[in-house]
Amino acid sequence: MAATRERKVPALVDKPMDFCPGCGHGIVSRLIMEALEELDQLNNIIFPIGVGCSSNLGAGLECDRLHCCHGRAGAVATGMKRVSPDTLVVSYQGDGDAYNIGIAETFNAAYRNENITVIVINNTNFGMTGGQMSLTTMEGQKTSTSVHGRDCSVTGYPIRFPEIVAREFPGAAYAARGTVTTPANINKLKGYIKNALQAQLNHEGYSIVEVLSPCPINWGLSPVKAMERIEQELIPYYPIGEFKKRGEEQK
Amino acid sequence: MAEMMKGNEAIAEAAVRAGARFYAGYPITPSSEIMEYLSWRMEEVGGSFVQAESELAGINMVIGASACGVRALTASSGPGISLKQEGISTLCDEGLPAVVITQVRYGNGLGTLFTAQCDYNRETRGGGQGDYRCIVLCPSSVQEFVDLMAPAYELSEKYRIVVIMMGEGTLGQMMEPVTLPDFVETKRTPWALTGKYDYKKIGIFERDSRKEAVELREKYDAIKENEQRWFDEGIEDADYVFVAYGVPGRATLGAIRELRAEGEKVGLIRPITAWPFPEKAFAKINPACKGVITVEENATGQLVDDAALFIKKTHKDRNIPAYALTYVYNTPPIRSIKADYFRIKNGEVKEVY
Ligand SMILES: Cc1ncc(C[n+]2csc(CCOP(=O)(O)OP(=O)(O)O)c2C)c(N)n1
Ligand code: SF4
Ligand SMILES: [Mg+2]
Repeated sequence: MAATRERKVPALVDKPMDFCPGCGHGIVSRLIMEALEELDQLNNIIFPIGVGCSSNLGAGLECDRLHCCHGRAGAVATGMKRVSPDTLVVSYQGDGDAYNIGIAETFNAAYRNENITVIVINNTNFGMTGGQMSLTTMEGQKTSTSVHGRDCSVTGYPIRFPEIVAREFPGAAYAARGTVTTPANINKLKGYIKNALQAQLNHEGYSIVEVLSPCPINWGLSPVKAMERIEQELIPYYPIGEFKKRGEEQK
Repeated sequence: MAEMMKGNEAIAEAAVRAGARFYAGYPITPSSEIMEYLSWRMEEVGGSFVQAESELAGINMVIGASACGVRALTASSGPGISLKQEGISTLCDEGLPAVVITQVRYGNGLGTLFTAQCDYNRETRGGGQGDYRCIVLCPSSVQEFVDLMAPAYELSEKYRIVVIMMGEGTLGQMMEPVTLPDFVETKRTPWALTGKYDYKKIGIFERDSRKEAVELREKYDAIKENEQRWFDEGIEDADYVFVAYGVPGRATLGAIRELRAEGEKVGLIRPITAWPFPEKAFAKINPACKGVITVEENATGQLVDDAALFIKKTHKDRNIPAYALTYVYNTPPIRSIKADYFRIKNGEVKEVY
């Protein structure tokens, strides 16, 4: 008889979080908690949380956390970290939160090289409010505010923020993008998250991990098809990998 | 020993002495010297200073520092304070203390650089979304401003509320003799986020907004009952009672003293808390009083709404008229206040209520 293995819930998660079936948020939340556990930081963590489906994280956690005004987590995290330099401060935000409404705070926290970690769940739309277009929506992608498909000539092109950090902010410690499409990618992503947290623990500076994450409900796709869309459409535009490695000199 | 100091610098030093250890903000005349001073001073006392990318970011940094239990400060004026309103509402929602200084300047939109009292309604009503109030202190001299900094933090922590220091351009820019208070020892607040989750918090979707709203109202009622502050002079036998705060309150005090010396029975209520409004002072007013007169640095008359409300509430048997002398901006000279008083007395000015 095969031994049954019990699935362990990370210690910081005390309640189920209400994500849609096939949503990527849950996987990423779990990876962050596992990484914290492995780094022995369960008792040394504050989450400033964005507004969006990311807010569900705050509903399901048993740890210090604060729901920020939509888009302002970069500023809230700055205030937290400046007065608590030895406590891990990890913002958890959506693409709309971090890049649309919050681009000033996100950009400036990176620019100042705040010693914080930013996790951005890029699902190429505003999931929570019904799938409107965001700065990461792909060219031609249909959303509830780009019903004929995104026209980049009048709405701009999808933003690649971790690349900007890696290219423009010499002090930044770490910038990467991962995804949750396969076990291999999930393992890789966990490594990125751990690197980001370790950079912060060592006071190396700003770290950001963006995650390409499925939003099957608003994409109008099944969970499996949504994963395929990431592989086929998103990764070619939004490459997976580390754009700024720890300890790496600016090119 | 009193020392001549520029208002904004004295206020910034007083904040440090009151235990402020975090400042974030964005420059704007006439408040900028507060952040300039703190940009080097915070470091000296082991605090932190951030020149934020905007007032919006500034107040959100204050939220972060306050959530971690540190006495936090931001300062601004006019449009900058408008940008902070969502953050102030959020501080109230989370029950986080903070002190926000506004050195008021006149005007809508970008406005002007003239000293004014045009933002009375915004500060006293809670200018952001929702159903909340802030305690609003309105000093009339640099010394009073300095002396109120420690009480401002005490009140904000006692009630877990935002305290607005509603100054005026003049209070930031003028030099006056100041005696600085001693340093206050502070500890992180008991509800501080430490990373260890010592202070338990329920999940965002489990909050009972109806219950919280009722508790909040009880808190506001307690503040109204216990925290009214004001200065008054000559109101028990006055025919006319002036109501004025801040620097115009000081000018009005000069005016009533001169008028008294000329035989006019006039008095003054100078609110030190604009919210809670010093309703209790109105109970002391001569029941036979012929009118209350506000002196305001704005054009539309804002303080007069509160003065009228409370004179009519506390003297229900008589419909005592409320007049507003509105000087738009800049501190009105004593002679103007006196001349306008005589116009009211002679029936040349129509009451507002
Ligand atoms: C100031 C403000 N504007 C608008 C909203 C409404 N709102 C809530 S979440 C959201 C979009 C969130 O999108 P994203 O950050 O991508 O998160 P997702 O739900 O996709 O994970 C918006 C517009 C708000 N809460 N506050
Ligand atoms: S709307 Fe999209 S992002 Fe939000 S929970 Fe559902 S699948 Fe996830
Ligand atoms: Mg999104």
